[in-house]
Amino acid sequence: MSLVLFLHGEHFTAMGRPFLDRLGAGRELHAPLYPGYDGAPPDPDFRSVDDLAYRYLDLLEELDARDAAIVGCSLGGWVALEMAVRDRSRIGRMALLAPVGVKLSGREERDFADLPFMREAEAARALFHDPARWAPDHAALDEAAVEAIALERQWAAWYAWKPYMHNPALAKWLHRAAVPTLLLWGESDGFALPEYGRRLAARLPDARFETIPDAGHYPHIERADATADAVLAFLENA
Amino acid sequence: MMQVWHFSEMAYHPGWESLPDGLRNVIPSRVYDPEIGADLYHRYLDEWALCDRLGLNIMVNEHHATATCTTSVCTIPMAILARETQTARLLCLGMPIGNRMDAVRVAEEYAMLDVISRGRVEMGFVKGAPFEINPANSNPAELEERFWEAHDLIVKAMTTHDGPFNWEGRHYHYREVNVWPRPWQQPHPPIWMTVASPGSAARIARKGYVIAALNTGYIHTPVVYGAYRESAAEAGIATGPDRFAYLCIIGVGETEAEGKRRAHQILDYSRTTPRVQPQFFYPPGYSPAGPTAAMIRGSERLIQRRDGSSFPMQDGTVEDYMAAGVAFAGTPAQVVEQVEEFAAAVGGFEHLLMMGQGGFLSHEDTVANLTLFSEEALPTIGGL
Repeated sequence: MSLVLFLHGEHFTAMGRPFLDRLGAGRELHAPLYPGYDGAPPDPDFRSVDDLAYRYLDLLEELDARDAAIVGCSLGGWVALEMAVRDRSRIGRMALLAPVGVKLSGREERDFADLPFMREAEAARALFHDPARWAPDHAALDEAAVEAIALERQWAAWYAWKPYMHNPALAKWLHRAAVPTLLLWGESDGFALPEYGRRLAARLPDARFETIPDAGHYPHIERADATADAVLAFLENA
Repeated sequence: MMQVWHFSEMAYHPGWESLPDGLRNVIPSRVYDPEIGADLYHRYLDEWALCDRLGLNIMVNEHHATATCTTSVCTIPMAILARETQTARLLCLGMPIGNRMDAVRVAEEYAMLDVISRGRVEMGFVKGAPFEINPANSNPAELEERFWEAHDLIVKAMTTHDGPFNWEGRHYHYREVNVWPRPWQQPHPPIWMTVASPGSAARIARKGYVIAALNTGYIHTPVVYGAYRESAAEAGIATGPDRFAYLCIIGVGETEAEGKRRAHQILDYSRTTPRVQPQFFYPPGYSPAGPTAAMIRGSERLIQRRDGSSFPMQDGTVEDYMAAGVAFAGTPAQVVEQVEEFAAAVGGFEHLLMMGQGGFLSHEDTVANLTLFSEEALPTIGGL
């Protein structure tokens, strides 16, 4: 397999570590943190998912990647789609975990739950199959850990506040994302419903839709091994 | 010479009882009865209009999607009062310019008001409370930057008189900015800003604008004013007490008990502030990570008394709020004494922003509160 580029989601990046360990075992894995998420404020002109897409297209070029595998989670899945519609020449396959970014519903409907304006407990239920086990207990965490959560939310807003978690123009260009793609969805995802994933798969030129039981929006956190198995099986069947 | 400004949020208090889950953001407007609302609008406007005869100035503000404040467009009461009053100055504190996507429209509204009122407008620019992000859908992670770009554009739009100019900034795009009318006051109406942190006070000081501290009490007010004075001094800008404003609750009565009862009723303004679902207090990036984290963890909103002790904002008594320097209440002589003591403790200010109406305080009580204050406190306090 060629190199793997992992593009992280908007929240809980640190909790994806066990999944990344599986993904990186014996493979060349690149898992950059986005500007802001990496601890340094982004350049003031760097504030859109377009910017992220161009940055990681540049990275594939710098690495002289051939048939790169992109694994993108949620916001990272959106970045992957934006990359693929621009230039798929270095992309071999994509495994996207509940990607956001494409507006499929009408103007008075929402494809993605309005997390910032939900109560903490309600947001946790939308994000996790088993929030009691996986959602951070803010009261029990130390101050630095909660500050890290606050910062991830801040950078998610920086990149994707309005339009909320999507690019209105992306849907019409999806035909350009003509690479074999796995859309993997937690069955209990309440942030972007599995039904959204099915509809997105139907809009992509070469996509397969699969679900992971007992997982919410971040299957790589709640079911790290099952998710890694499904992703690697897809990538290695190239 | 102390200037006193009467402020009311035009509360729709009749709806409060039927909104147990918070008074902001997600509340259904079916709770609002337009017939009751119309009566309320007219009585609040009457109370402001009365200020013109009492020697008081007028302050309005705006909030959105809330039963605590039905001034959803601050320039509407300003426009009505620009015609109904003759001498009172008209302060809007303020216009949430970082949440207002059309900055040129703000310049036009303020300029038009300034001309109609023949130069009585004071232009407040505010970032707005955190729960204002939700109705505006403005990006909280960029608010500070958007606020200052809007400010720069509005000031340039009001002070450019040679035809259109180009503005292609990060947040605002106009190729032909050309505001008519030009304002009455030159170069533009005075600018006011509210402050909550020493950092923002410093930036405002370098501009020489009036800063208003809102209900910040004995403990926090000197911190904010101090940061302003220090930065102004560093920048070589002379700061008199006319650069400082303080917003508080004032209840006066023929007796101490009557004054306190009025302040107690007005204080429902403060007590209802935290009645909002907690997530609306910390939109991502609105505040730095530290304070945001504290709110994510579920910290209670507390008010500090002068002695350093604190009480929960939603159930403080009038005595609690007086001990904090947020409310001043009693007979006119007692209130003058309390304000003098507070002003001395925080380093002096020349603008007393008096919340003379709030919550369930009736029209009769409001008229009595404003009239008694004007007749018996203002002559003394005016000489502070």
